[in-house]
Amino acid sequence: MTSEAPAFAPEQGVVDVVGLSKRFGAVRAVEDLSFTVTPGRVTGFLGPNGAGKTTTLRLLLGLATPDAGTATIGGRRYSDRPSPARHVGAALEASSVHPGRTARDHLRVYAPQVGVADARCDEVLALVGLTDAANRRTGGFSLGMRQRLALATTLLGDPQVLLLDEPANGLDPEGIAWLRNFLRYLAAQGRTVLVSSHVLSEVEQTVDDVVIIARGRLVHESSLAELEAMARPAVRISSPDAAGLAALVTEQGWDHSTRFDSPLTAVVYDQHCPRVGQAAFARSLPLHELAPAGTSLESLFLQLTADPAGSNPPAALPSQLPGMAR
Amino acid sequence: MTAALRTELRKVASTRAWWLTAAAMFGYMIMMGVIMAFSLVLGMRAAEEAGTAGGGPGGFGEAVLDERAIAMSVYTLGLALGYVFPAILGAFSVTGEFRHRTITPTLLAEPRRSLVLGAKLVAVVPFALAVAVAGVLGTVLGGAATLAIMGEPSLLGDAEVQRAIALSVVALTLWALVGVGFGSVLTNQVAAIVVLLAFTQFVEPLLRLLLAQFDATESLSKLLPGAAGEAIAGSSLYVSSGLAELLDAWQGALVLIGYAVVLVLVGRLTTFRRDIG
Repeated sequence: MTSEAPAFAPEQGVVDVVGLSKRFGAVRAVEDLSFTVTPGRVTGFLGPNGAGKTTTLRLLLGLATPDAGTATIGGRRYSDRPSPARHVGAALEASSVHPGRTARDHLRVYAPQVGVADARCDEVLALVGLTDAANRRTGGFSLGMRQRLALATTLLGDPQVLLLDEPANGLDPEGIAWLRNFLRYLAAQGRTVLVSSHVLSEVEQTVDDVVIIARGRLVHESSLAELEAMARPAVRISSPDAAGLAALVTEQGWDHSTRFDSPLTAVVYDQHCPRVGQAAFARSLPLHELAPAGTSLESLFLQLTADPAGSNPPAALPSQLPGMAR
Repeated sequence: MTAALRTELRKVASTRAWWLTAAAMFGYMIMMGVIMAFSLVLGMRAAEEAGTAGGGPGGFGEAVLDERAIAMSVYTLGLALGYVFPAILGAFSVTGEFRHRTITPTLLAEPRRSLVLGAKLVAVVPFALAVAVAGVLGTVLGGAATLAIMGEPSLLGDAEVQRAIALSVVALTLWALVGVGFGSVLTNQVAAIVVLLAFTQFVEPLLRLLLAQFDATESLSKLLPGAAGEAIAGSSLYVSSGLAELLDAWQGALVLIGYAVVLVLVGRLTTFRRDIG
């Protein structure tokens, strides 16, 4: 990337997926999927393994043909663009390198088709921190280094839109922190950055928006802030003393949703059980119930993507526990 | 097209496959040149002693050739025994992309798939030429040295022999195009190598011998790719041994190019039309 922020036409950075469907035999990999990715933000494209993330990206990039629907970037299909790699940089798998080629040769191979000078190869190697490994064969690279090389390849054409499939896979914590800053920097320049992951916590600190899919369908699309609001910690308390309960909640200034009638239950947000129990004890308020009612972001993600048929192990686990105890 | 071509040229140039193939063919053809020159000369001498010089039908072991036929057969051995090397090099240019999954970045950089295949066909030519030259050089070195040591004329100054040597380089280069086409049809690298080896070293020689046995199928044997390649050089061990007839040189070239074109078209309509990855 150049030092001064390049000017991008925002409408050219919009990724638009509308009614996209793709089957492989009997498997519905993607089913009537619609979502929009906005420029200037990092969007997390999330879902469990096999949810259809990579298939969606392949459809977006013209590597596979959809059965129905459209997938466009800046209003055009990828393969309809002349020199598409100058507009869209995409990395689908980190292992897309010939082990016998050096890192620099890997980039030099694609430079003519992408439409950039050879000098750009060394620039992107420096950007991803692979300058010292430029003349080494990629066969000896760690997964983290291959990820960096894949990222360098997507950056060759200085693209406005970046589509990265699981770019944090194989990166060490230091690498993940570096990637996070780098992606935030790119988005701050007005670029569109879409990052897929099967682990929400991996991209939680990186993304502004989330698109969550499961079994090929959209299950949630919002800003991360809205998703976090759904995942606030909360405590459910109930007391036979309705007036005391109301007074406690009001006095503490807790954000709550309460029906101050029988069964005399309140849910207070952004609080945890010990603090709430302590406050009730201080008022000598008898509590019949004191239980966590909120969800963590990760468990919310699991709930959203859980298979209703019950084949999703983490979601099915709690209901199985009594059976296992027997 | 220029950009696609530069990309494909760099792909082959930046890996070791092309010069390893050239080196392997060079070594293999030296060995085969020595062995065939040695055994053909011994055969000729044995026949002379028995007073039955001249060609006669039969298997390789019984073939009896004169000096010129021996030289021609030996120097064009690459087309009879070594054409699998350029074919594998050509196949690698497609199968390697699938083996190492570089087909994804390739088609991302250039979504026009026909252009990618076309560029592969053109880009393989200079490297195939290097392999062909190495192979023919090996054959000539091994063959001529053996002939000289055994006291036979090498005939390297002979215009007809020189022409056959030069044309066998051309024919071997064309084999890489057939390889590109074959690789685009069968993209699994290991399977492609196994099938190419089995076909060129076993199936085709057997087919040629079988088809040549019957009048009805004899013309078919000339259309097999190996026979077409030999026709370009105008000489082959099979012909000298009286085992098969060949097409004219231009016909041979057309047939061999035809194989490449048909295979590439099939590859374009199957592998390169399907979803990738």
